[in-house]
Amino acid sequence: MDVKLSEQVGPYFGEFGGRFVPEPLIAALDQLEATYNLARKDPIFKAELAELHRTYTGRPSIITEAKRFASQFGDVRVFLKREDLNHTGSHKINNVMGQALLAKRMGKKRIIAETGAGQHGVASATAAAYFGLDCVVYMGEVDTERQALNVARMKLLGAEVIPVKTGSRTLKDAINEALRDWVANVETTHYLLGTVAGPHPFPTMVRDFHSVIGNEARAQMLELTGKLPDAVAACVGGGSNAIGIFHAFLDDPGVQLWGFEAAGDGVDTPFHAATLSKGVPGVLHGAKSYMLQDEDGQTMESHSISAGLDYPGVGPEHSWLKDLGRANYFGITDSEAMNAMRLLSQTEGIIPAIETAHALAGVKKLSEVLPAGSSILINLSGRGDKDMETAGRYFGLLGEK
Amino acid sequence: MSKVSALLSANRASGRGTLIGYFPAGYPSVEESAQALISMAKNGCDVLEVGVPYSDPVMDGLVIQQATEKALEAGFKLPQVFDVIKRVRQEIDTPILVMSYWNPVLRYGVDRFATDLVDSGAQGMITPDLIPDEGAEWIQAAESKDLDHVFLVAPSSSDERVKTNADLSSGFVYSVSTMGITGERAQLDQLARGLASRVKQSSTTPTCVGVGISTADQVREVNSYADGAIVGTAFVKAYQTGGLDALTAKTRELALGLG
Repeated sequence: MDVKLSEQVGPYFGEFGGRFVPEPLIAALDQLEATYNLARKDPIFKAELAELHRTYTGRPSIITEAKRFASQFGDVRVFLKREDLNHTGSHKINNVMGQALLAKRMGKKRIIAETGAGQHGVASATAAAYFGLDCVVYMGEVDTERQALNVARMKLLGAEVIPVKTGSRTLKDAINEALRDWVANVETTHYLLGTVAGPHPFPTMVRDFHSVIGNEARAQMLELTGKLPDAVAACVGGGSNAIGIFHAFLDDPGVQLWGFEAAGDGVDTPFHAATLSKGVPGVLHGAKSYMLQDEDGQTMESHSISAGLDYPGVGPEHSWLKDLGRANYFGITDSEAMNAMRLLSQTEGIIPAIETAHALAGVKKLSEVLPAGSSILINLSGRGDKDMETAGRYFGLLGEK
Repeated sequence: MSKVSALLSANRASGRGTLIGYFPAGYPSVEESAQALISMAKNGCDVLEVGVPYSDPVMDGLVIQQATEKALEAGFKLPQVFDVIKRVRQEIDTPILVMSYWNPVLRYGVDRFATDLVDSGAQGMITPDLIPDEGAEWIQAAESKDLDHVFLVAPSSSDERVKTNADLSSGFVYSVSTMGITGERAQLDQLARGLASRVKQSSTTPTCVGVGISTADQVREVNSYADGAIVGTAFVKAYQTGGLDALTAKTRELALGLG
C-alpha cells in the first residue's frame, strides 16, 4: 500500500530527519510531540487556531494574479498567494500562533525563538504579546544590523532581543544559542522554532501549521482558473513557506514543485546559501538533511543578501523531496533576486521581501521550462518593508548620508 | 572489558574516586593541546577527554565555545585529533575518550573514525548530540573494535530512558549534572545526585557526572555518589588565564578532591 507523500510524518523523511540533539532536550521534544499529537486531532484546538487565523492573522489570504509582472516572461500566468498580507507581514505567523497555543497547553510561560530576517522573531514577539508570554529572541549580530527595523519592532512588542556574537553571527548561530537556552530552561520554556528544520517533531509540526497556505491556494486556484497550477514555486531557506504551499500539491503529479534557494554571488562561488543544490547530507541543528559543510563536517558559512535565506541547512522533508525527484531546487543570485524585487514593485505595486524575491526571480527559469500558457502559483511569503534599508542601498535610493 | 570501566570500579573500590579531564584538541595548537592533556594526566586526571572542535557546539558554554572556535580559526583539521591522541600516547597510558559532536564523525565515516580511534590509541568516544536511538551505526562500529560508546542521561530523562541509555553505553554513562550547558556553577545541583542514583538503580553501567564541576569539594561530593567527576570548563578557563602552569595547578587542586 502506497502512502501518499502528503501523509508522510516524522521522525524520518526517507533517510532524513530524526533527533540529533543532546539528551536533556529529549523529554521536551517528547512532551511537545505528545501535546501536538493530541492537539491536532482535537476539534477544540483546531477551532481555536482557525478562529485566531480568521480574526487575528487575517486568513484566508487572497490570491492576486500578477499580469503585468507575468507579461515580462512571455506566455505564462503568475498567481501570488498573498502571505505578505498576514498580520506581521509574512507567513511566519501561521506557525507561531499554532505553537503558542501548544505552549499554553503545556503550561509554559516563556517562549524563545531564533530569527534571521526578523520575520519569525516579530511573529513570535507578537504571539507572546497576544498570549501574555515572556519572549526572548536570538538573532545573529550581523542580522540585527541588516534588519534593524525588525529589531525595533520586536522590542516594541515587548520581547528581549539578544544579539548572538558567536560563529558566523547569523541565523545558524542564533539557532545554536536558542538551543543552549532551551537546554538550560526546558522546564519553563518552549522553543518556538521558526522553520521546518530541527529535531522531530518540528519539521512535521511546523509544516502542518503552514499547510494552510497550500490548502487555501489549491482551492482558490481551482475556483479562479478551473484547474490546478502547472507549477508551484517558493523561496527556500529553512523551507517553511515552501513546504507550506507545496504540501497540498504533493500528490498532484501534474503540478511541478520548485524551490528557489539563495545563490548569493552564484552557486559556483564560495558565497551562496544553496544548500540543496550544492550541499551534501549531514546533521545540523538536530536533523539529518542536506547542508553546506566542509570535508571535516564543519558547517560552512552561507552567504545571501537575504537574511532569511542565509542558512547552511534546510528542512529534512525538502531533502527527501529532492532525492525523490518530486521537487526541483534551483539557485537565484542576489542580483537576480533584487531585480525581481524591483520588477514586482514596479509592475504590480507590491514590494516583496528579498527572500520572496528569489521565488519571483524563478519565474524566468520556469517560463523557460514550462509549456506556453502555463500558470505558476508563487507563495508571496513576505512583504519588503523590512528590507528598505538594504534595497535603498542596493539601488542607490537613499542619497548621500 | 572496558579499560575505562575497569579503572572506574578499581578507583571506587579503593575509595579514591575518579577525575576525568576535558581539553579541546588543537587549542591553542595541536602540540600545545597535547602538552595540556599530558600535564592533566600527570597531575591527577585518571581519564582524558579530548574534545573535537566543531562549528556548532550546542552543548557547550561560552568558555569552551571560544576555545574550540580559536582552534578552528587556527586551522584545526579533523584528522589532527588523532595526532593529538598519538602524541599524548607517547608519554602516558591514561585512558583517552574523544568527545565529538556527530556531524564530523558522520562526514569522516563512522567506521573509519572508529578505526582511527583504535589506531591512535583512544579507548572510545562521548557523543553529546547523538542519542542511542540514532546511534545504531556507531554502537556497532564501536563494539566491533572494543571502543567505549558513552551516551548521556539528564535529569529530565524518563526512568525508561535512563535505563536504556545507561545499558546502551559502555565505559560509563555521562550524567549531565544540571539542566544546562557546560560551564561552572557555584552549587552543583541536587539533580545530579538524584540522576546518578536512578542510573545505579536501573543499570550496571558506571556513571560519571559532568557539567558545572569546578572545585575539589565538588569532585569529592560527586565521587561520593557516582563513579567519577568530569571537568571541562574549569580546565579550559585555567589554561586561558595562565597557560600550562595554571592548568597544572588547577588539575592538582581538583585532584585534592580524590581520596
